[in-house]
Amino acid sequence: MKTNDVILQTVASVSAFIILTFAAYLFFAGHHEPGGGFIGGIVIASALVLLYLAFDMETVQQGIRVDYKILTGIGIGLSTITGVGAMLLGYPFLSHTFEYVTFPFFGEMELATSVLFEVGVSLAVVGATMTIILSISEDV
Amino acid sequence: MFDAILLLMLLLLAIAILAGLYRAIKGPSMADRVIALDLISIMMIALIGVVSIYLETDAFLEAILLLGILAFIGAVAFAKYIERGVIIERKRDD
Repeated sequence: MKTNDVILQTVASVSAFIILTFAAYLFFAGHHEPGGGFIGGIVIASALVLLYLAFDMETVQQGIRVDYKILTGIGIGLSTITGVGAMLLGYPFLSHTFEYVTFPFFGEMELATSVLFEVGVSLAVVGATMTIILSISEDV
Repeated sequence: MFDAILLLMLLLLAIAILAGLYRAIKGPSMADRVIALDLISIMMIALIGVVSIYLETDAFLEAILLLGILAFIGAVAFAKYIERGVIIERKRDD
């Protein structure tokens, strides 16, 4: 039976970008407001799940050529490197620092090394969630 | 006075959630239950909005948007499971 999913596919391909924008907001708001790396990663994973729901696995994997297991490894490695980097500079493990830097267009902004740790957390969460969901949806 | 109105709104929303819960338990078909769960999610969004007005905070506004996204994805997943039997297909045959 031929099925027609044009409404679902159109809505999904538009709203995936809205959800990814919300994920970026949640990620960068995490330092001063509710949000952070974990919930940012979960929202990114939910946008990907919406794409997998509207299209099929092979179509999405043609567009997003990412092995989610490797993504998990990259995330955990990045989080570990930010801890080891503090040890190389003579501070205890996982010591983080921040500094106020003046940019030409955006003005004075706070740059913290915790953001790199949160990037690692976010990548690990996206990788683990998508690995679980795509593994249990194998129909063979 | 304003707090009393907000509490009355919370009570009405709770009654609406209970009505949706009745339909989710009693509903004869699977689609009735899915629609009832979707209605409960929307009512919970309204409930979070009223609670954040009542507590005079804006810390819950992300939760509203997040619950909307999750309700949509959950409803789509249930609808696809009812119609096709699978949620994520390997290769679509069309």
